[in-house]
Amino acid sequence: MADRVPQSLDAPPRRRSWWRDPRLRALLLQALFLFVVIALVAIVVDNTLENLQRRGISTGFAFLGQEAGFGIIQTLVDYSETSTFGRTFLVGLLNTLLVSALGILLATLIGFLIGVARLSPNWLLARLAGLYIEVFRNVPLLLQVFFWYFAVLRALPGPRDSLSLGEAVFLNLRGLYLPRPVPEEGFALVVAAAVLGLVAAGLLLAWGRRRRVRTGQVPRLGRYALALALTVPALAWVVTGGPLGWELPRLQGFNFQGGLTLIPELIALWLALAIYTAAFIAEIVRAGILSVPKGQTEAAEALGLSRGHTLRLVVIPQALRVVIPPLTSQYLNLLKNSSLATAIGYPDLVAVFAGTTLNQTGQAVEVIAMTMAVYLTISLVISLLMNWYNARVALTER
Amino acid sequence: MSVEQQSTAVPLRPPRTKVGVIGWLRKNLFSSVGNTLLTLVALTLIAITLPPFLRWAIIDADWIGTSRADCTSGGACWVFVTTRLNQFLYGFYPLAEQWRVNAAGLLLVALVAPLLIRAFPYKRVLGLALLAGYPVASYLLLYGGAFGLPVVETHLWGGLMLTLVIALVGIVLALPLGVLLALGRRSQMPVIRAASIAYIELWRAVPLITVLFMASVMLPLFFPADMSVDKLVRAMIGIVLFQAAYMAEVVRGGLQAIPRGQYEAAEALGLGYWRSMGLVILPQALRLVIPGIVNTFIALFKDTTLVLIIGLFDLLGIVQQAFADPAWLGYSVEGYLFAGFVFWAFCFGISRYSQAMERELKRGRGH
Repeated sequence: MADRVPQSLDAPPRRRSWWRDPRLRALLLQALFLFVVIALVAIVVDNTLENLQRRGISTGFAFLGQEAGFGIIQTLVDYSETSTFGRTFLVGLLNTLLVSALGILLATLIGFLIGVARLSPNWLLARLAGLYIEVFRNVPLLLQVFFWYFAVLRALPGPRDSLSLGEAVFLNLRGLYLPRPVPEEGFALVVAAAVLGLVAAGLLLAWGRRRRVRTGQVPRLGRYALALALTVPALAWVVTGGPLGWELPRLQGFNFQGGLTLIPELIALWLALAIYTAAFIAEIVRAGILSVPKGQTEAAEALGLSRGHTLRLVVIPQALRVVIPPLTSQYLNLLKNSSLATAIGYPDLVAVFAGTTLNQTGQAVEVIAMTMAVYLTISLVISLLMNWYNARVALTER
Repeated sequence: MSVEQQSTAVPLRPPRTKVGVIGWLRKNLFSSVGNTLLTLVALTLIAITLPPFLRWAIIDADWIGTSRADCTSGGACWVFVTTRLNQFLYGFYPLAEQWRVNAAGLLLVALVAPLLIRAFPYKRVLGLALLAGYPVASYLLLYGGAFGLPVVETHLWGGLMLTLVIALVGIVLALPLGVLLALGRRSQMPVIRAASIAYIELWRAVPLITVLFMASVMLPLFFPADMSVDKLVRAMIGIVLFQAAYMAEVVRGGLQAIPRGQYEAAEALGLGYWRSMGLVILPQALRLVIPGIVNTFIALFKDTTLVLIIGLFDLLGIVQQAFADPAWLGYSVEGYLFAGFVFWAFCFGISRYSQAMERELKRGRGH
C-alpha cells in the first residue's frame, strides 16, 4: 500500500535517454549549426585568399586612398580624375541619394494623384488611373529605364535644334538645360528672414493649439500664420533689392554653356523610377483611403465637423496609419532600384563604385561589401524609424 | 376589393434621365460641374494620344517582310520583331534543337494545368512529379548530354526561354529555402533565430544588382581555383539566395496567422517539431500565403531582366542586343513595346489569376 503513494512532484522524474531531452538537443543542434557555418566561412575565406593571391590582387582598404584616374559625368562635390577612390565612393553615394530623393518626390506626387483618381466617382478617370497602374507596375523597371533612355531621350534633336521654352529651358539629346539661380549679395538675409517667418508662424500656430486645448475656443490663425511666413521674407526681398540672379543656358558652338544641366541618364532614371513606383504608391493610397470605415466620416459629420476638418482630423490620420508603413517600404525599394542606373551609365554608387572602381582595383570583396553596407545601413535606419513610428501611431485598445 | 387595391399599385417608371445609358452617363461622368470638367479633360487626353498611337501601331504599321526595306508606310515596323521572333523566344539555342525547349514548356503546361482545375483528383501525385521529376526532366531536355541529346551550352540560352528558366528555378528553389528561413526566424533556439534574422534582413536590404555583381565577380573567388561555375548557375545562385529572403517573410506572415491552438493541438497529439510543422502548421500557413508567393513570383519574373547587366541575354537583353544590329538601327520603340507587352501579359495574367484564387479561397473559408 505504501509503495502506491504517488511520487511527490519534486522527486526526480523517471530517467529518460539523454538524447530525448529537448533542451540538450537544442543546444547540440545549435552547436552543430554554428560549427557548420564557421567551417563554411573558413573554407570560403581560405579559397578567396588563395584565389586573390594567385591573381595578384591586394586586400584591405588601402585602395580608397589611391588615385582613381577616371572621370564621372555628374558630380555633386568637387571631383577630378586625380581624386581618390574614396572620393569616388562619396560621389557615387551622393548621386544615388540625389536620384532617390528626386524619385521619391515625383513618385509620391504622381502616386497620390493616381490613387485618388482611382477612387474618383468619375468612371472615365477611375478607369484611366487603373490603366496607368496595371500598365506600369506589370512591366519590368529596367525595361522602362531603357525605354526612357534609349527610345525617348536618345530620339531628341541635337543641341542646335533643341526644344526650348521661352529661351530659358532647353531640352535636347544631351540633357535638360535650366536657368541656374545665382544668389547675390544679401541673399543670406532673405533666407534668414524666411526661416524667421516660418518659426514665427509655427509659434503662432502652437499658441493657438494650446489655447484651443485650454479654453475650447478655436482661434482662426491659419491665415495670419501664412501671412507671417510670406510677408517677412518678401519684405527682406524688397529691402535687399531682389538679390537673386538667373544664369541662363546659352548655345555656344556645339553645346550649351552655363545654367543648370540635368544629364539624360538622370532624367531617364528619375522618370522611370517615379512612374514605376507611383503605380505601387497609388495602390497603397487607395487601400489607405478605403481602410477608413464610412462610419468614421459619418460620425465626424454628425459631430458637425466641416468637410475639411473631417478630412484633416478624422480620415487622413487613420488612413496614414495604413499608408505609411508600405509607403516607406516603397521608398526603400526605389532607393534600391536606383541601382539600375548602372545599366544606362548614370554614375550612382553601384555604377561608379561596384562597377568602375571594382574593375580598376579588382578588390571585389571590399568594394561589394562597402556597397552593400551602404544600402544595409540606410535600410536599417529607415526600419528603425518605421518601428518607432508604428509604435507611436498604433491603436491603443482597451 | 383587394383586386382594386392591387391595380392602383402600378409602379411608375423611373424618370428617363435616371436609368439606361443616359442615367449611367449622368451618374458616372457628368454628376457635377467638376466631374464634367474631369470627364472632358480625360476625353481630350484620350483623343490626343490614342488615335495617333493606333495609327502608328496598327493602321500604318508594316507586319510582313524580311528587311527594313519592307518598312515603307511610316508606321511601326513590326517586321523588326517578326524577323527576330525566333531569337527573342529561344536566344541562340540551335534551331534543330528548339523542339526540346518546346517539349519542356509543353510538359510544364501539361503538369501545371490540371493543378489549376479544382476538381482534379490526383493533385498530390502530380505535385510530387512536378517538384521532383520535372526539374530533372527539363534539365535533361534543355541542357542535354543524355539519351543521345547533344549538349546545348548555357551561353546559347536566351530570350523568353531564359527568362522563364531563371524565374521558375528561382521560385522553385527559393520556396523551400524560404520556408526553412521562416521557421528559423520563429525558432526557440537563439542561435538559429539570430542567424535567420541576419540572413533575411541582409538580403532584403541590398539591391538585386549588387547581389548579381557579387554572384558574377565574388562567387568565383569563393570556390576552389580549379572549379569553374557556369555563369548562369552563378546568377541563379544569387537570385535564389536573394529571393529566399523575401519568400521567408511571406511564409512568416502565414505562420503568424495560424492560431496558437493549432500549434498546441499538434503538440498535444504528441507530434514532434518537424511533423507538427509538416503535417499541421505549414499546410495551413502556405495556403494562406499563396497570393504573397504569387506576388513574389511576379516580382522575380520582372527582376530576371537584371541578369542582362552581368551579360546574360534574357528577353530584354536579347531585344536590347538586337538594336545594335546596323541593319536595323532605330527600331527601339518597337522592340521595347514587344518585350514590354510580353512581360506585361505574363505578370498581368498571373496577378489576375491569383486575385481570382484569393476570392475563391476566401469564399471557401467563409462558412
